[in-house]
Amino acid sequence: MEKRDLICVSCPIGCAITVELDDNGQVISVTGNTCKRGDSYARQECTHPERMLTSTVKVEGGRLPVVPVKSSVPVPKEMLFDCMSEINKVTVKAPVKIGDVVLKNILNTGADIVATNEV
Amino acid sequence: MLEYDLVVVGGGPAGMAAALAAHEEGIEKIIVLERADTLGGILEQCIHTGFGLHYFGEELSGPEYAGRFIEELYKTDIDVKVDTMVLDISADNVVTAVNNFDGLLTIQAKAIVLAMGCRERPRGALSIAGSRASGIMTAGTAQKYVNLDGYMPGKTVVILGSGDIGLIMARRMTLEGAKVKAVCELMPYSGGLTRNIVQCLEDFGIPLRLSCTVVATHGKERLEGVTVANVDEHLKPIPGTEEYIPCDTLMLSVGLIPENELSKNAGIQLDTVTNGPVVDEYRETSHKGVFACGNVLQVHDLVDFVTEESKLAGKGAAKFIKGEKQENGVVHTKGENGVRYIVPQNINRATDNDVKLYFRVGRVLENVTLTVTCGDAVLLSKKKRKMTPGEMEYITLKAEVIAKLPADSTLVVSTKEA
Repeated sequence: MEKRDLICVSCPIGCAITVELDDNGQVISVTGNTCKRGDSYARQECTHPERMLTSTVKVEGGRLPVVPVKSSVPVPKEMLFDCMSEINKVTVKAPVKIGDVVLKNILNTGADIVATNEV
Repeated sequence: MLEYDLVVVGGGPAGMAAALAAHEEGIEKIIVLERADTLGGILEQCIHTGFGLHYFGEELSGPEYAGRFIEELYKTDIDVKVDTMVLDISADNVVTAVNNFDGLLTIQAKAIVLAMGCRERPRGALSIAGSRASGIMTAGTAQKYVNLDGYMPGKTVVILGSGDIGLIMARRMTLEGAKVKAVCELMPYSGGLTRNIVQCLEDFGIPLRLSCTVVATHGKERLEGVTVANVDEHLKPIPGTEEYIPCDTLMLSVGLIPENELSKNAGIQLDTVTNGPVVDEYRETSHKGVFACGNVLQVHDLVDFVTEESKLAGKGAAKFIKGEKQENGVVHTKGENGVRYIVPQNINRATDNDVKLYFRVGRVLENVTLTVTCGDAVLLSKKKRKMTPGEMEYITLKAEVIAKLPADSTLVVSTKEA
């Protein structure tokens, strides 16, 4: 059995979570979290860690030269840099609205890249 | 002269929430004055997510969080003037402002909400030896360059200070292809949220060097490197521990200072610890009818708490305008044994609501018993596993408990480690 101490990153409270794993890396128990999100974060983190990705995308003809974007759902942690390369290839035309999809299903992760501001 | 019931100075999250709360309470003539060209304040450049989990129950980016309030605001008849700089607040609540379309503006207000936010501590406030090479900037300035202006300010970066903006920028610069060589923190603990250490530094293998500072910068036109050194328990660099790190950019994330020039000019009493006004439970300052909320009052970690505080200030301003703000003597608050400050500093005994006492501790404390006492009476006692200076805490006092306290008595929030 293995014990792993994590800091939950689901929200800024940052609960200290302890996860017990069996010899096959399966989660036995999660303690220390103060909400459901903490439980699922801890399970996810010990099996397939994921992160929200935020960045910017070039805009033509807008009030700003770039528009902020986020992944609609978290993407696998090890794919963050690959996703960044894809995001940096994109240019969109103004006007862009909050929620506009600028890149669909990035690298087959199931996450869309969506705009988070009006430009 | 224009006349308004409520003038809100600042159109960031604090100003918008205060204006909306006052509007909800039935205040009709409200105007928000904003220095920048859009509403939203600093959220505009905070493109990372994590905003709104408490307030909206959703994980939003900064512009999305601000967008919700901007949309609400434009649905009401609240007036907004952007590109407008407030210059002065007089003793009888006349606000003087200036912009390109009205010229000089004077507005007679019944009540005023101060929501000017804060600014970053600049390089000049630190004594780092070296020339004025380009490439040395605050983390927030770098954040504006990358997230709003769309360009990278450097390729190899050292960050001094482990405040949240510095940590967020360490990740942002790394994702955009820069190499962040180290984050140096003078104190033996980080000034940022733990979650940011995990997801911004540990995720990317960026070293966090505690008890370490930058002692010199090198390079004439452009920064070429910095010398870092470890510090002793008196925060003095230890000779012999110096190390040269080549880099073209030094970012500073060494604290935020509430922007209280207007408040000072108006003679409003400031708290020497928070650098914000001294306020009551509705965030009314020492100047009758002038309220303060958000980072101009105390530097917050979470915008959700800014919103909560600002709604309180907006509601308080509405009560003041309607002549409904009750007074029946005040109780003062004070922090002891590691509790550096308390907001609010004063509580009206006639308050109609439970009051949250916000505070920060001065060092990392573990297995703590937190108490609120008044004279010999223990009003509240609460166990805490861990408290750190980087995280704002609060404890709630019931209105009926406050009502029973003697006028002019002092509430003390204190800690004791097991």
